[in-house]
Amino acid sequence: MLQSTEVVREKPARLATPTVQVRSPEPTAASLAAAPCIVSRKLSAFFGDVAAVRNVSLEIPQQAVTAIIGPSGCGKSTLLRCFNRMHETVPRARVEGSVEILGSAIYGEGTSPIAVRRHVGMVFQRPTPFPTMSIRNNVAAGLRVLGKSGEKRGPTDEIVEEALHRAALWDEVKDRLNESAMALSGGQQQRLCIARALATRPRVILLDEPTASLDPLSTQKVEELVYHLRETVSVVIVTHNMQQAARISDRTAFLLAGELIEFASTTDLFTAPRDPRTESYITGRFG
Amino acid sequence: MSTARSRHVISGAMIGLTYLAAILATLPLILILAHLVQKGASSLSLAFFTHMPQPVGEAGGGMANAIVGTLVLIGIASLMGLPIGIGAGLYLAEKRTTPLAYTVRFLSDVLNGLPSIVIGIFAWEFLVRPIGHFSALAGGLALGAMMIPLVTRTTEEMLLVVPTSLREAALALGYPRWRTSISVVLRTALAGIATGALVAVARIAGETAPLLFTAFGNQFWSTSVREPIAALPLQIFTYAISAYDEWHRQAWAGALVLIAMVLIISIAARFVTRSRFGAPVD
Amino acid sequence: MTALPAQWLEKDRRKLRVEEAAIGDRVYEIITAVCALIIPALVVAIAVAIFAAAWPAFAKLGLSIVTSSNWDVAGGHFGAAPALFGTLVSSAVALIIATPLAIVVAIFLSEFSPSWLRQPVGFLVDLLAAIPSVVYGLWGIFVLIPLLREQVMPFLRDTLHLGATPLFSGPAYGPSMLAAGLILAIMALPYISAVAREVLLAVPRSQREAALALGATRWEMIRDAVIPYARSGIIGGIMLGLGRALGETMAVTMVIGNRPEISASLFAPGYTMASLIANEFSEATNDLHLSALMAVGASLFVITLLVNAVARWLVWSVSRGRAK
Repeated sequence: MLQSTEVVREKPARLATPTVQVRSPEPTAASLAAAPCIVSRKLSAFFGDVAAVRNVSLEIPQQAVTAIIGPSGCGKSTLLRCFNRMHETVPRARVEGSVEILGSAIYGEGTSPIAVRRHVGMVFQRPTPFPTMSIRNNVAAGLRVLGKSGEKRGPTDEIVEEALHRAALWDEVKDRLNESAMALSGGQQQRLCIARALATRPRVILLDEPTASLDPLSTQKVEELVYHLRETVSVVIVTHNMQQAARISDRTAFLLAGELIEFASTTDLFTAPRDPRTESYITGRFG
Repeated sequence: MSTARSRHVISGAMIGLTYLAAILATLPLILILAHLVQKGASSLSLAFFTHMPQPVGEAGGGMANAIVGTLVLIGIASLMGLPIGIGAGLYLAEKRTTPLAYTVRFLSDVLNGLPSIVIGIFAWEFLVRPIGHFSALAGGLALGAMMIPLVTRTTEEMLLVVPTSLREAALALGYPRWRTSISVVLRTALAGIATGALVAVARIAGETAPLLFTAFGNQFWSTSVREPIAALPLQIFTYAISAYDEWHRQAWAGALVLIAMVLIISIAARFVTRSRFGAPVD
Repeated sequence: MTALPAQWLEKDRRKLRVEEAAIGDRVYEIITAVCALIIPALVVAIAVAIFAAAWPAFAKLGLSIVTSSNWDVAGGHFGAAPALFGTLVSSAVALIIATPLAIVVAIFLSEFSPSWLRQPVGFLVDLLAAIPSVVYGLWGIFVLIPLLREQVMPFLRDTLHLGATPLFSGPAYGPSMLAAGLILAIMALPYISAVAREVLLAVPRSQREAALALGATRWEMIRDAVIPYARSGIIGGIMLGLGRALGETMAVTMVIGNRPEISASLFAPGYTMASLIANEFSEATNDLHLSALMAVGASLFVITLLVNAVARWLVWSVSRGRAK
């Protein structure tokens, strides 16, 4: 069972003097809490000349789990990777349009992809623990590059423990933190990767088909912890498994051939879809 | 006998021939090693490892200076060959298909295939002639030049085995590219690279020709990099072609020590890979 | 949920100094590129240094370096034809002996060997490449040469009556082209065998199965389906072994007799370019002598370069052909 984690409240944000012109009025804490987590406007992503994502505009809410579903090749992973600027790590890849995370544009003059990625966590389809590191150092791997700018959160061991709790892995590994990460099972390794992503306390975490390569029992554990993560983190999850989306998400987006077809609350999308293509997909006529 | 039958007999005979060939091919190795042990072991003693060469006729000579000299030369060679080889391997693994990468790979093979005596005279021309005397440094650098292509190739191979998903995971954590390459990719491949490095060291430890005109050899004790230095292969050569039985015996002992050194390094190379599996490093 | 300052990205960027990341990337790229470029720089430096040093000899003596047999230091004549002859002949003898053996061993290892035998035998064959040249030479002087002198050469000359032929004529003291060829054969064997093994293993199963389905015996399958497919790769392996043999110095110097004469007999002592350099370089008396030795080195450089380049091309073209 997950322990509820003590969320440390920061001092209310000092309104920083903007160095970049901001059109909206200075945000208050309340409006920040209600603001969407991720906003994309006319976002398109290309591999060379081929568009994998076309003109997608959506607003992903905070403190919720948002699922992106669609048939293979519809561009859902590509869309996800635009949110932490991982798409551009592929040669000849480019992005058009804009993405804002918590009010800040992440594509823009002088914004660094590295800074973006340090504030957005990502978990991939296959577990990717670092093979030469222990469990403890795997979880702490993201902390190493935060350096001096990371908030002083206390000693690494506490951070590691908190992250492992949130990833529902603490009880299974607490006695062997110094063992190699490769000694864990596939499901445990994936939860380790989730812990690694959570250790830097990101505001958003992106999950790209995280249970695709896991057995049913591990899948269930991951789904349960994702469901509980919404209390502290905004989650965007790409999944090819519609039932999974229905189980754990609050809102669901349906993508087809790179275009956003429908985006609604999960209940609405699955019980009363407005677009006939959505209905075809969820009733299994294709996919 | 029908044709079909005779064909099968021929096939069987041919297969038998291949067994014979296998025996013939492994025979020289066993013979040489057997001779080494037989003729060399008797001359091995503690004195051999700790004493200096004595003039002919006097008992109790050893090859201490040559053994240490070989270690010094290997050290210098590694200091040059390892960093450059690993750096070049990193470059080739990342810029895989660029024209420059193909050129570097091709020329690395060229360098690898050059006769070691050609490397020796080049090192003489560059490092001995201008300075005016032989030196351990010249010998070490000549050996280092021979190490580079070996280390480069195994480094590139080992780096390419690392799955790209690991690199992606690091990038997604906010690692800069250079840090991804070093802290994640290089680190994951490190065991294999270390093996390759040890294999390269074993290979150059036995080289004689590049040392003939660079390190030159030294009958006295010296570990200075600016002076000529003794080396096992050089000493074996000098003793073997001499006219003295006592020196011949020492040559066999020296050869045994050299082979043992090469074998130990090769076995250590295999060990490095094995111990990394499952054992945490930090 | 913790509140986030609106401009979290700008604030983060200032604090993180992500320019450091850009600097780090740049430094990394420069360092690795420099390391990589040292390799072509080395090769070019070697070529330039040796040819520059050899130039005076080439200019003064021209082609006589490789055509004349008169090596007379005092008189200023530097004809290294015997050395060139010896290098080529000793390597040819080595290949004639080693190639059939290496290929058959490779066939054994890739086709017929029981699985428990494969690793040990392959390991032992590969280990031949790990033995230092000087150790081969030592064994050559004290084991091989007496064996040749007392058993093999008399056998060839008298028992097989080959002594009448020019190839096996003349006195048989031991140090000889035959000894050099034999040692070089042992040294080249692992290289040819390793490449041949790899190439044979790479022949697709479909080739073998097709032959067997047509009723071929196992040997016929090898002969007719596998080897032709792997042919250019095997030739590449042979050339690789040739490249090694051409450049070998120590073992050859110790068993070939170091006599600068051209002879038709395998029993006669000979000379190679590498031995010539090894023997005379440290005591080169005058500049022309040195330059002539450098010229011999330059010739050796060019010959091995060509052979290795062809070898690489052959082996690469096989692997690229497979990829297609």
